[in-house]
Amino acid sequence: MKDSRKNKIRVSAGRRIFLALNYLFFTLIIIICSYPLWYVFVQSLSKEFVAGKGVIVPNGFTLRNYQQVMKLKGIGNAFKISALRTVLGCLITVTSCMILGYLFSKQEMPFRKLMYRGLVICMYVSGGLIPYYLTVKMVGLINTFWVYVVPFAVSAYYVILIKTFIEQLPASVEESAMLDGAGIFTILFRIILPMSMPIIATIAVYASVAQWNSWFDNHLYTGLREDLTTLQYMLYNYLNQAEKLSQVLAEGRNINEEQILTPKGVRMTVTMITVIPVLCIYPFLQRFFVKGIMIGAVKG
Amino acid sequence: MTMAAKTNRRHKRKRWDLFFVALPFMALVFIFCYLPLFGWALSFVEYRPGTPFLQNPFVGLKYFRLILTSRDIRRVMENTLIFAFINFLLLPLPMVFAILLNEIGNSGFRKVAQTMTTLPHFISWIIVYSLAFAIFSTEGLLNELLNVFHLKGQKVLQDRDAVYWFQTCISQWKSLGWSSIIYMAAIAGIDQELYEAATVDGAGKFRSALHVTLPGLIPTFIVIALLAVANFINSGLDQYFMFQNTVVMKRIEVLDLYTYRVGLQKQDYSYSTAVGMLKSLISLIMLFVTNAIAKHVRGESIV
Repeated sequence: MKDSRKNKIRVSAGRRIFLALNYLFFTLIIIICSYPLWYVFVQSLSKEFVAGKGVIVPNGFTLRNYQQVMKLKGIGNAFKISALRTVLGCLITVTSCMILGYLFSKQEMPFRKLMYRGLVICMYVSGGLIPYYLTVKMVGLINTFWVYVVPFAVSAYYVILIKTFIEQLPASVEESAMLDGAGIFTILFRIILPMSMPIIATIAVYASVAQWNSWFDNHLYTGLREDLTTLQYMLYNYLNQAEKLSQVLAEGRNINEEQILTPKGVRMTVTMITVIPVLCIYPFLQRFFVKGIMIGAVKG
Repeated sequence: MTMAAKTNRRHKRKRWDLFFVALPFMALVFIFCYLPLFGWALSFVEYRPGTPFLQNPFVGLKYFRLILTSRDIRRVMENTLIFAFINFLLLPLPMVFAILLNEIGNSGFRKVAQTMTTLPHFISWIIVYSLAFAIFSTEGLLNELLNVFHLKGQKVLQDRDAVYWFQTCISQWKSLGWSSIIYMAAIAGIDQELYEAATVDGAGKFRSALHVTLPGLIPTFIVIALLAVANFINSGLDQYFMFQNTVVMKRIEVLDLYTYRVGLQKQDYSYSTAVGMLKSLISLIMLFVTNAIAKHVRGESIV
């Protein structure tokens, strides 16, 4: 603080202009990044849609859109499915990767190197869309809830992160527990897990955001099961309808708008409901996101 | 003698219980990573969905020949390369972003800027599309405002000539802040003494940034650039899938979207598998090549 005040006297005019422009630049960037969300939020709270109104603050405040959306058929269930896949998916991914990461840190495991290589190769080789689709079909996951979580149980990247983390933990604690006759799961969950919380928390955050945001699997594998529709996919369907309409209008054809038009307010509101969980937890979890990329960077 | 003793000791230490715990998880890895590779066999037969594999006639390299002569493939490869090339040109942006952000003295403002610019990375492409639709569609904010000022309306989402730059803007909006984090980390890792030395030598802030910060970031930049080259063909599907429509399809369709369209929409399984297989192989070769280059240049591999 003192330093910067002392320096201020010596700051050149060019530097001052640069700093001003720099602050201006980042203010602009902040606005560009956040305004679209703000606009949709404001619109979802607006009483009616008038061109050029409700751009910065709601055009007459109302929660009617939210009340209407709550009454939409299937929205409660979609929220439930999204929440379930987030919680369950995160739990399964973290547990599997934790166990595997721990096992790969053990020199005593037979075929350790072979299996580890087999896992790492997965990051760079993929069968492609159709073979993957047919595999999922073959193991009977199509049209089941499990297709949301089981394929993501083991992630090579997470396993590597956990293994690297565990390897730099002091070995002595584990050894003394082993002398006391503790089994591997006792050691893993009672000793290793508490010490690995930084990396586990990071991975849990990544995995749950990925689960919450996931929609393509819903489109591919469970598109026919309405009861398995996630919030994201529900929004996708609304957008699809709106997009078709706007295309028809753009082509100048006349159609019965009432038939396929999803009211703008509902679309905006479903968007908000889908994004709000991420927005709410994001500021608190941001340090984990950042930490994750740092750990990954050190590895890379 | 010692060798034998060593081997003996190592054998004693083998713990099969660990192996059996790992087995079910490795089975999952096998199912979702290696089992699909067997599906590549589909590209050598004329596969009709629903029939047992062996009942489909063997056609050899027919589908690969088709790919080489296909006009569609040439078009989607062109799109894939254009997007990859634009993204490659813009690779220094996150680095510049990080350097500029680092010049912000006020740590509160810096934190807000970092939080707000990384946020788009964590929202799904569906949301991104929804936001873009709210702003750029014919009934969106942009056209409302243009209307208020009596200007001509714009169909940005349905503008074939705008596809490349518009999609680039969207992807930069989503990823710029996030991509800069790794450079922020690298800046934090630069030895402070270098700055002090530069100041002693009479360098101002600008010259310090140019001669200390920038060179400090170049190694990170090279790794990221090499990975981008290696991944040029993996443009991903989500963004282009969301923003596709009949008007812009010819320009927006990248290889991943094409594989999806011919495979799952047209049910041309064999052809789509062949495309996917070639894509995987090219991607793998690119990885080996860039890795070899990295080893040669930096004396260290990138993967």
